[in-house]
Amino acid sequence: MKDKPEGLNRRAFLKSAVAGGAAAAATAATVVLPQSAQAQAPAQATPPASPGYAFLNPEEAAFVEAMVNHMVPADALTPNGVDLGLNIYIDRALAGAWGKGDRMYMQGPWKQGVPSQGYQLPLTPAELYRNGIAAANIQCIKTYGKPFDKVTDAQREEFLRALRDGKVVFENGPPARAFFNTAYQTVMEGMFGDPIYGGNRDKAGWKLIGFPGVIAVHSQDVVKFRDKAYPNNPVGIADMS
Amino acid sequence: MAKKLKEVDVVIVGLGWTGGILSKELTDAGLKVVALERGGNRTTQDDYALPGVRDELRYVVRHDLMQNTARDTLTVRNNISQEALPMRRLGSFLPGEVVGGSGVHWSGHTWRWTDMELKVRSMYEERYGKKYIPADMTIQDWGVSYAELEPYYEKFERAAAVSGKAGNLRGQIQEGGNPFEAPRQNEYALPPLTKIHASEMFNAAAKNLGYHPFPRPSANASRPYTNQYGAQFGACEYCGYCQRFGCEANAKGSPHVAIIPAVMKSANFELRAHSWVTRVIKDKSGKRVTGVLYINVLTGEEFEQPANMVILTAFALNNVHIMLTSGIGQPYDPKTGKGVIGKNYCYQTGTSATLFFEGKHFNPFMNAGGSNDTIDDFNTNWDFDRSKFGYIGGANISGGFNTNLPIGYRPVPRGTPQWGREWKAATAKWYQAAMKIDASGAVMANRYNYLDLDPTYRNAFGQPLMRMTFDYKENEHKMGQHAAQVINDIAKSMNPTHFTPAVARTDPWTVVPYQSTHNTGGTIMGVNPKSSAVNRYLQSWDCHNLFVVGANVFAHNSSYNPTGPVGALAYWTADAIRNQYLKNPGQLVHA
Repeated sequence: MKDKPEGLNRRAFLKSAVAGGAAAAATAATVVLPQSAQAQAPAQATPPASPGYAFLNPEEAAFVEAMVNHMVPADALTPNGVDLGLNIYIDRALAGAWGKGDRMYMQGPWKQGVPSQGYQLPLTPAELYRNGIAAANIQCIKTYGKPFDKVTDAQREEFLRALRDGKVVFENGPPARAFFNTAYQTVMEGMFGDPIYGGNRDKAGWKLIGFPGVIAVHSQDVVKFRDKAYPNNPVGIADMS
Repeated sequence: MAKKLKEVDVVIVGLGWTGGILSKELTDAGLKVVALERGGNRTTQDDYALPGVRDELRYVVRHDLMQNTARDTLTVRNNISQEALPMRRLGSFLPGEVVGGSGVHWSGHTWRWTDMELKVRSMYEERYGKKYIPADMTIQDWGVSYAELEPYYEKFERAAAVSGKAGNLRGQIQEGGNPFEAPRQNEYALPPLTKIHASEMFNAAAKNLGYHPFPRPSANASRPYTNQYGAQFGACEYCGYCQRFGCEANAKGSPHVAIIPAVMKSANFELRAHSWVTRVIKDKSGKRVTGVLYINVLTGEEFEQPANMVILTAFALNNVHIMLTSGIGQPYDPKTGKGVIGKNYCYQTGTSATLFFEGKHFNPFMNAGGSNDTIDDFNTNWDFDRSKFGYIGGANISGGFNTNLPIGYRPVPRGTPQWGREWKAATAKWYQAAMKIDASGAVMANRYNYLDLDPTYRNAFGQPLMRMTFDYKENEHKMGQHAAQVINDIAKSMNPTHFTPAVARTDPWTVVPYQSTHNTGGTIMGVNPKSSAVNRYLQSWDCHNLFVVGANVFAHNSSYNPTGPVGALAYWTADAIRNQYLKNPGQLVHA
């Protein structure tokens, strides 16, 4: 970190971006931050330089990074969420067609309905995420005096559970549970989806469970590996392209 | 103003399994056929090839082959006192939107529904008495028998490359097949698929308890195969990417492989993809249709396609929607019980248990669409005395896997946290060591489950969305309780390390998560125009040159997947058109 010019020090940059408001934030997209400089790279994986964020603003990025690292901490089984690229997966998903509400029926009138009628918010996934993070940070500051990315591990755990269980109420925000469900879903998609989408880096999510990925043919394996461990060398779409 | 095109003999609305079958049969009969399909035309070599097709996020999570709810969806509610709201994204069911329809992304499970379904009211009344059937259960006989459909079932099984083992050949019970099935004239097109370990374990446990397990018949070719249309199927690769995906190996019985290429060769046939039919046009008499209106979704242009005959072969729900927007037949009213369009909408119910066996390697990523073994002891087994449990219908129960990819399938024992180190360790430990036992349960028709047009919400073409009013009733709750008990008894007998038991569902039907794409009814077949929308040949009682083909004609839903009778009824209808209707166009049945 010492060798890095001040302008590329992420924490310092984020602080100034938040303090400096919109003008500083607007430059965020042009700053390229080498991921490997901030995160402890696990021995087996060499994360590529971060390509930057296409959707998340610095506050949102800090929230997402804290969330994915908390849900998927580094241990002997996998690197942490950021090193798996889960933040990048989420950013790209929110910036892309899905985040913008592709395939969603978005005509009103908008009514809450009953739970069996499913999602009824007038928000695209990206809007839900953006407003959900802002509302979650307000609640975090109220409860713990700090935004989500700055609270202790135990507080983060407590807060995520409260979100999941609907014990947190966002004032003037989207339902906390709807936000949590979308956030959790995207963490799992990033971890277990194909690496072409930015997550599951080095197929570490698949290696965790022994999922072979883009397998071509199992016609012989289905007999050969009956109740036997299948080799854990997953293949992604990019490996076969 | 719609541009009026040159008249054709037949317009087919929707080119999946039923559209493919009707197109083939009617072009063979010398008729000029135009098929209008709202989706695009995708092929195996360009669109379902390796490696791109092995993408859970794209196909399972993001619904790449499915209907786009931004353009058209339904509104949903559980009962008439609620206000229906739009299904804003797909969830509970997944209609396909592509040439080949839902036949591209199905798993291939192909059953022969027996007289127990086709003659449901008369058989239950005879055996259990009239009072056994609840007053609001609007089940009725379909107007066709298993014996009549048998040759058409076989024709469909051969077209779709169904692998399986006969359990009843001309009345002789066969070892290893389903002893409760109705008599078949011949064996399946192909031998059963290779059993996976979980199916073997389920099979042994079920047998041990005195049940009769058999391999689930599926349109997954167990070996290379050529069907009656010269379509060449590869052998199933057990790739684990079946349901929701196009088949890279051409091993799945999908219309774009099995039948559409043969139709495309005919000079009598024209396919127009990206063509969205908004309604069928009636003539002034109201007894004939004159064609359809459709929109080219690539240009927004509207066309009128005149035709001598119109055949609706879209997904079941979309067939009903077109009937409602066309004003053909009287819409059903649950308050009076009068009217027929929208009546007897049915769905399916289910429950499942997850069994964890420490140290096992089930390899849940290696399987065919139909790798499960099944028992029908509480389903097609007519000797099973339902009166002990107080329900009608049944559940088929199976063990094994079918498309369990890791974004959606990562079983862990109860009490495991949802994230963090402990979650990761449990996920790693149990992913390979878990298997499931599932029940798929029938849903009987009910007076208050129906389809009509929504008063508020509209689709991209300015038409009212269809409104679905549906919930499970006491019959389904009782069946679910019994099925859960059977599953849990089988599971316990297998001595799993951990076990998440099956629980009967008694909460309201919900539009999320995914449950089943086996939506049935809405334009049901029958013997009387007062109580059904189409006759036994799937011909509209109102307009004789309109046929409505698909699961929308099912008078109720069984526990089986619907595609077997959907295919058989398509051939049955084609036969009636070719051999009866064309000789003497008019109502085939005089009620």
